[in-house]
Amino acid sequence: MTDILLIALAMTLLYMSIANRLHTYLRILVLQGFLLFGVTYLTLTHINTLNLILIMLETVVFKAIVVPRFISYIIKRNNITRETEPYLPNFVSLIIVTLIIVTTILLSSSIKDTNLDKTYFVVALSTLSTGLYLIVSRKKIITHIIGYIIIENGVFVLSLAVGNEMPMLVNLGIMLDIFASVLILGVFFVKIGDVIKDPDVNVLRNLKD
Amino acid sequence: MAGIFLIGAFVISLWLFFNRNTFVNYALLILYLALLWSLGIYEYHHLNVTELEFFTPDSLGILMLSAICVVSIPAFYHGYRYIATGEETTPKSRGIFFAAMVLLISACSMAYLSNHIAVTWIFVEITTLSASALIYHHRNIRALEGTWKYVFLCAISITFVYVGILFLSLSLKQAGVDDMSFGSLYQNSDKLNPFWLKLAFLFIFTGFTAKLGIVPMYTAGIDAKDKAPAPAGALLASVLMNLGFVAIYRVYAIVAHTPLHQWADTIMIISAILSVFVATVYMTRIKNIKRMFAYSGVEHMGLVMLGLSAGGIGVYAAILHVILHTFIKPTLFFQYNQIYSVYQSKSIYDVGNYFKYNKAGALVVLLAFISATAMPPSGLFVSEFLIFQSLFEAHHIIILLTVLVLLTLLIWGFGSNTFKLLFTPPISIDETKIPRISPWESLSQYILLVLSVYVAYNPPDMLVTLIQNAVKLVQ
Repeated sequence: MTDILLIALAMTLLYMSIANRLHTYLRILVLQGFLLFGVTYLTLTHINTLNLILIMLETVVFKAIVVPRFISYIIKRNNITRETEPYLPNFVSLIIVTLIIVTTILLSSSIKDTNLDKTYFVVALSTLSTGLYLIVSRKKIITHIIGYIIIENGVFVLSLAVGNEMPMLVNLGIMLDIFASVLILGVFFVKIGDVIKDPDVNVLRNLKD
Repeated sequence: MAGIFLIGAFVISLWLFFNRNTFVNYALLILYLALLWSLGIYEYHHLNVTELEFFTPDSLGILMLSAICVVSIPAFYHGYRYIATGEETTPKSRGIFFAAMVLLISACSMAYLSNHIAVTWIFVEITTLSASALIYHHRNIRALEGTWKYVFLCAISITFVYVGILFLSLSLKQAGVDDMSFGSLYQNSDKLNPFWLKLAFLFIFTGFTAKLGIVPMYTAGIDAKDKAPAPAGALLASVLMNLGFVAIYRVYAIVAHTPLHQWADTIMIISAILSVFVATVYMTRIKNIKRMFAYSGVEHMGLVMLGLSAGGIGVYAAILHVILHTFIKPTLFFQYNQIYSVYQSKSIYDVGNYFKYNKAGALVVLLAFISATAMPPSGLFVSEFLIFQSLFEAHHIIILLTVLVLLTLLIWGFGSNTFKLLFTPPISIDETKIPRISPWESLSQYILLVLSVYVAYNPPDMLVTLIQNAVKLVQ
């Protein structure tokens, strides 16, 4: 069952690579939040209940509800156009994300370690790389933030792989999630909306040598 | 003491944040300095005594803590001058500025002392938060851009470090240990799974380069030091880089006791050479004085990494280099505000004849230039010479030659800009508008420069012992 959820998570990446509208991205983020909720429940069977509830609440409340809601609020508030504005055609993006997934599968097959469930490794690493790819291949700042949140989802999957032995690390991951998202989204993007009206990343391109 | 310091620093920074009274503001800063110094002295006398489970003042931590104690005094003084003379400053922005500065210094100090990789990581996050408040001090679009880039890159970098920590925990799984303190990692280093350890080192190293300021993640630091007010830039260019160094050093110490030692050295050498190269390329064509100072930091940290990976005397030299750099680089940044108040510009095209307008300040620039380029009698000359010696002894002749050629070019670029600032007449300048700058404002810079020379040529026994003990971590 965990495998099904994780593979579904990997499939959302493919969908994300061809999505044309920002709201599709947000819906995928919501879906990923719920998938992670399920994976957390199925994976972390050996940790104490209170901690498990905390982690699951974080996935649902924070990943699936608060962050997408907040981004959609930002999109409305700053009148950001609905296009994702990729630098590359969607087809090329699809190929690249597929290649990323295939490469991580090949990489994982070279690992000889029985301690790790490889599905977690593959899904985590491909989510991480896809997030990075989305950051470099999309034009808007808001898509950079979405890319960063996808990276965090990937990292979260990886932290689940060691979660039963070291629940402390999963908690740290949650701290990272909340801290970085609040810093980037809360404090910062609201400010960007105040100072400049154009949400295009091109206006923030003047600092150079 | 660590607990008292943490609570005290938190209360002071919160109080600074909400306080609007000028007198209370400066009284709190003096109180904080006293607190910081008592932490430094207390921890020196309680070497290797663990406090609050997660803080152990080992030799490396003490060294960096004493450096931060020294630098924080002039940093606060120049911060005070900067705020007092600033035109747009309101009590609110002053409160945020000093609160962020206190938070930054405290987070760095505690990260030096932490004995657990996760705790270090948490304090590194806090430095990102406080540094971004400092960079955004001016509240304009350029500052916003600098802050945005810094926050985003640092967010990615701490995510990388976190992934590295996860891989480290996977490599620990095989050893059957679940204690991730540095002490336990050193003890069990021979049992760690090499594959995961490799990945862990790669990710953690890449992540911390954002703080250390070398390739690949150096870019955000440059914009940050450029846009932050100069006293804050001085801290970002010294104590925050030291934090990156401490973190990488501690992780490297784990790898250094495994067969992956050689491999890690190669990674660090590649990153170091690229850093020196990048610094050279930018410094030969750079026209922004503040960015030039920032790139000089990239070069020095590249050299430090070279020393560390060459081994032998290089490790000692690397630590010494970091400490001396902590004294020298801030002098340039502290001096920058005087340059700006004379010319109202940071472009090299608008400045010149600085000796005519501000003698004491110009002399500081000249001496700091000599110090930062490691020409004798600069203190950095000693450590840089030792780094080159270690490279020679490790038979890295080609690397040594490459670095020497790059450094020559770099000194040429740095020198031609500095001499333009000091001696060439400026193209157009309204001499009636130039303010008179008191020579006393340069005093702290002279003290720091003299201190760096003194420490390098006549190191106190206590310093040598501390560095030697710190070297034992990796050798």
